[in-house]
Amino acid sequence: MSKANLLERRSVVSALLSGRKDAVVVGGLGASTYDIAAAGDHERNFYLWGGMGGAVMIALGIALAQPKLPVVVITGDGEMLMGMGSLATVGLQKPGNLTIIVLDNEVYGETGGQASHTAANTDLVGVARACGISDAQSLTTMAEIEVFAPSMQDVAAGPRFVSIKIDSANLERVLASRDGSYIVTRIRGALGFAPI
Amino acid sequence: MHTRNASAAEAADASPTWPEDIFSVLQRFDVRQVPYVPDAGHSQLIERVLGTPSMRAVPLTTEEEGIALLAGAWAGGQRGVLLMQSSGVGNCVNMFSLTQIFRFPFLTLVTMRGEWGEFNPWQVPMGSATAGVLELSGIKVLRASHENEVREVVEAGAGQAYNACTPTAVLLSQRLIGAKVFTK
Repeated sequence: MSKANLLERRSVVSALLSGRKDAVVVGGLGASTYDIAAAGDHERNFYLWGGMGGAVMIALGIALAQPKLPVVVITGDGEMLMGMGSLATVGLQKPGNLTIIVLDNEVYGETGGQASHTAANTDLVGVARACGISDAQSLTTMAEIEVFAPSMQDVAAGPRFVSIKIDSANLERVLASRDGSYIVTRIRGALGFAPI
Repeated sequence: MHTRNASAAEAADASPTWPEDIFSVLQRFDVRQVPYVPDAGHSQLIERVLGTPSMRAVPLTTEEEGIALLAGAWAGGQRGVLLMQSSGVGNCVNMFSLTQIFRFPFLTLVTMRGEWGEFNPWQVPMGSATAGVLELSGIKVLRASHENEVREVVEAGAGQAYNACTPTAVLLSQRLIGAKVFTK
């Protein structure tokens, strides 16, 4: 199976986050978290190393609590498949400030490159749209991504769902913090909340 | 033994007061996000939450979504509570990791099935394992079995969850809620 013009994940994430401003960014476990770390550590980065299937819901919790802040979740196809019901939950809540990005390499890269369901029949953009996320699309070029990125700052027009097909190369891991208390306390601090 | 009737009109005639006790505790602790998978035992509280502008009711497709939602809510500065039935506890197991990893103020109120006059044998295995699963997952378990103790048990649970970031489940016994009636 040969696919032309697959994008390189680190360039994609870097382009998405270069103008992030006050956005809170949640990374799904595995390569997405490394990509976000590679784009630069940030006090509003929410790195996940587990809780597979929970990335979109964590982002939804933040988005509902902070409706004026852009909230972006960047995750992989495998992680999104495990939490597919959360698209229905987002479609019901319709948070205007939430953007869901799936970096879809059609494989479980962290575990040996086994094919995921998106390599065959599952169309995550179709799933998102059918769950009530009407602004759901695929982006296929870096130019499209650069045009799309500023729209994540519009906290009234979401939720948005984007699938980006990327190549399945396993890149060198860029290790973010894996101390959950630190990650959450740091984000809370950045938002003005003191530790208990 | 209390009974739980399918008829809303009959239920309204005999509305128990303990769901209102729970609601007032949640309000006092400034609970803002209320994810839930519906259960008949929680129906009165869910209605109350849906009618309260300061609370966001979030219906879930599966209970584990609620753990992740509440972790995000806390990161964003809000408290929440997860409402579910005992069978839902089994759907949450891996996601319970977040309560240990983030040490966030996790509170869940679990209506019990599979005990106290249960008719449906399919409820019994998970109902029997509910408290054990929660404890193995590092979550403190409190239980209320009588109407007059619901307020103080939920208050204690909310206090230790929100003030001490101690993940806590309050089990609401089937004895309290009433066994679901399938046959007379």
